[in-house]
Amino acid sequence: MTKIELTVDGAAVSDDVEPRMLLVQYLREKLGKTGTVIGCDTSNCGACTVHLDGTSVKSCNVLAVQASGRTVTTIEGLADTAEGDLHPVQEAFRECHGLQCGFCTPGMVMQAVDLLGENPNPTEEEVRLGMEGNLCRCTGYHNIVKSVLHAAETQGAKA
Amino acid sequence: MTATQDRPAAEIGKDRRRKEDQRLITGRTRWTDNITLPGMLHLAMVRSPFAHANITSIDTEAAKASPNVVAVLSGKDFGEELGACINAWPITPDQKTPAHSPMPADRVAFAGEIVAVVVARTAAEARDAAELVDVEYDELPAVVGIKNALKDEVLAHPDLGTNKSALWVFDSGEAGTGTDAEAAITEARANGIVIEREYRQQRLIPAFMEPRSVVVDPTSEQMTMWSATQIPHILRFALAATTGVPESKIRVIAPDVGGGFGGKLQATPEEWIAWAVARRLAKPVKYTETRSESLMAAHHGRDQVQTLTLAADKDGKVTGLKVHLDADLGSYVAIVGGGVPVLGAFMFNAIYKFPAYRFECQTVLTNTTFTDAYRGAGRPEATYAIERLMDELAAEVGVDPLEIRERNWITHEEFPFTTVAGLEYDTGNYEAATAKAKASFGYDELRREQAERRERGDRVQLGIGVSTFTEMCGLAPSRVLGSLDYGAGGWESASVRLTPLGKVEVVTGASAHGQGHETAFSQIVADRLGVPFEDVEVLHGDTQVAPKGLDTYGSRSLVVGGEALVKAVDKVIDKAKVLAAHLLEANADDLDYADGRFTVRGTDQGKAIQELATATFAGHDYPEGMELSLDADATYDPVNFNYPHGTHLCAMEVDTETGAVKMRKYTCCDDIGTIINPLIVAGQVHGGLVQGIAQALWEEAVHDEAGTLVSGSFVDYLLPTSADTISFDVVHTDEPSICTTNTLGTKGVGEAGTIASTPAVVNAVVDAVRHLGVNDVQMPCTPERVWRAIHANDGDAPTPADAMPHFQEGSLNQDEGAGA
Repeated sequence: MTKIELTVDGAAVSDDVEPRMLLVQYLREKLGKTGTVIGCDTSNCGACTVHLDGTSVKSCNVLAVQASGRTVTTIEGLADTAEGDLHPVQEAFRECHGLQCGFCTPGMVMQAVDLLGENPNPTEEEVRLGMEGNLCRCTGYHNIVKSVLHAAETQGAKA
Repeated sequence: MTATQDRPAAEIGKDRRRKEDQRLITGRTRWTDNITLPGMLHLAMVRSPFAHANITSIDTEAAKASPNVVAVLSGKDFGEELGACINAWPITPDQKTPAHSPMPADRVAFAGEIVAVVVARTAAEARDAAELVDVEYDELPAVVGIKNALKDEVLAHPDLGTNKSALWVFDSGEAGTGTDAEAAITEARANGIVIEREYRQQRLIPAFMEPRSVVVDPTSEQMTMWSATQIPHILRFALAATTGVPESKIRVIAPDVGGGFGGKLQATPEEWIAWAVARRLAKPVKYTETRSESLMAAHHGRDQVQTLTLAADKDGKVTGLKVHLDADLGSYVAIVGGGVPVLGAFMFNAIYKFPAYRFECQTVLTNTTFTDAYRGAGRPEATYAIERLMDELAAEVGVDPLEIRERNWITHEEFPFTTVAGLEYDTGNYEAATAKAKASFGYDELRREQAERRERGDRVQLGIGVSTFTEMCGLAPSRVLGSLDYGAGGWESASVRLTPLGKVEVVTGASAHGQGHETAFSQIVADRLGVPFEDVEVLHGDTQVAPKGLDTYGSRSLVVGGEALVKAVDKVIDKAKVLAAHLLEANADDLDYADGRFTVRGTDQGKAIQELATATFAGHDYPEGMELSLDADATYDPVNFNYPHGTHLCAMEVDTETGAVKMRKYTCCDDIGTIINPLIVAGQVHGGLVQGIAQALWEEAVHDEAGTLVSGSFVDYLLPTSADTISFDVVHTDEPSICTTNTLGTKGVGEAGTIASTPAVVNAVVDAVRHLGVNDVQMPCTPERVWRAIHANDGDAPTPADAMPHFQEGSLNQDEGAGA
């Protein structure tokens, strides 16, 4: 067991974990952050995408011990949803029907936030390439792409 | 002013944002794998690496000694309480159906079949211990592939004596729905056109994003199963029927379910094993599969060889169609496995007026993952075959593919129309859908560009693919299912309850897994009952809340489940009218009901439905003889299938030097009757399109000669990404063909995109290179296959033997001749 200390969704947490424990398992099993989900075992699907120090990572590809001393943001900490707030990207996914079953959605939203952080005004092509690491089986991506472009527009309007 | 007056005029047709989304976009979801119960144990499955083998011994000692392992159990540790995986649709009385134990004790029939289960305090400890279970096998020869299975040389189940499970035949001459197809073909050979083709429907994997998961809690009076399933009600029935637990002691819950596409329409070995272990240990248990397990052991779809003969006169008017399918069931006849290709039997004639039709389907058993429904289930295969054939016929006659279709389709004046397969299509307008699709697509401009590229011998050629599809959906009239020997009915159930403060609880037997029922059903009830959209709560997916239902598949939820809702609402209004008349001191015949309010004709007197709900709760003043409730249940059994249709047009660019294909444009004009929520409909169409396009271009489940799945991860099984796909042009006809066999006028849309798109894409690929002598490319149309098709007849030598081979000769998962 290894002791880790990190910040998850704004809260300081500390645990003893097996060195082999994946960050996604730590989030789900130790912290109950079940908003972040596991969709595959080959790091292809991106359903487990979170932010590590502000950059998107597939949390199945990071060991929990590697996150020690760092800051993790999950879909549950993206906005103060208890207060009714939504991040503009979350709002855009609802507005544009960018989700159906919703299983890939936390990963999609986290990846989209990161993409727009790097490139606030992407073209459709840039969105399609930037979201390539996240799989969805319901939407055919049409409305996911639309959601990301819509979020870019609304964020741009607010800036 | 009452709340009802704030209600928008009509909810139906409005692009309401979904009620479901708030919890899904914020991560406050209840996927089965999120459930944790006190004292819960975790399961890991030990699976056979062999496709066919006798189990000679299982040594569990090392696994049992592993940390925090509670039990290790194999098939022989259980008796009849383990139950059985059921086949609910024997398609013929003499169907050969191998016994399907959730965990066989003696012999495995596919690679991935479960032979033992490890129970431990954590999932990681269970998996560690599963590695330590030592199983000895006596390997048997495995049969893989339809054509091998038909030879009956190697048997998937030696005790059956054959791999042939059932032969199902429909002949329009014998059924009296048409004439003799053989005679039409003979006549065409002499004086017309005969098109003969063999098409391959490759095996696909549904690949829902949420891996399957099951939790069983045996610690209360009822045993509860949470499962990532499309079919909680059918599971309860099947658990009771096969494990000896009375139905009244079983509660099944489908919480948030992350996609299904038919892939979660199954009574699975994993669910049955979790059930048996929880009963045995009297402890809650959870099993969640890995993606590799899901791809290997959850049911697959499609997998047919289609032998087709189309007869036509010289003008391209079809005179007969003969279809022979060989369909791979895999290792067992799954819950509706044999029935899936039979669903296609009624759709090969599609939108056309064929006078003669014969259909045969031979199902075969192999030592591979068992197959069952995948989005479209039988109809995509049929649509692919006929829409590819119609393009071939157009090429033979030398006319535009839309022209050949127009010469054969049912015109809009001819509805209702009884087809050669015996179905009555109520409404449709193929002319209108085609005209609108052509205009939106820019058909004529793209044809001009295609001609120009051909003229100048452009390296990149353009192809235009057509698919004018229809489908039968809304499974299904119960009597029709009975006549097909299906093991259940096709009705759906609904309840509408009014709470004391005037809110509305709607219970449906449909079980959503991404379709947006909570939103669309709220819109239906809001309009029908005249209450605000926000005041309607849709409850589903739990047999304790929704005790009756037949669940969600076959594009049935809206067209069957939605009608049950309408009936229940109408009963509530009838009941409320009696109370309203009493309270208003009026004759019931003088009351009108509109916008959620009874009014006395010719006066300003009235009562809102919410006031009547409160009055019913109080019970202080109501007429003699009235039962003190406004709540109502209803069951709706459809009188017919319904028949959405549409025209799909696809433009593909093909690089003739590399064989690479690129989608340029995709337009679809679907006629689906009344649209409840256009936003949700568009989403269903987009998602459906990409699943169908993926069959055409990317996806294929491949077992090697030994029966090992070699496309067993997302690295190998190519789900499309956002970078592989384009944005679609989705339109609808201006005046939809309203369904006449239900109140709302709706037709199904969940499977339409998948059914229509595959042939449109392949037709476009073939059309791009037809002038180079190509008349078919096998799916998925990989660059290699396209390149080989282009060069099949031009004498180009394949890669010389002394050059560095791209593929090892004789290696697995390669096209015949690859690497030569």
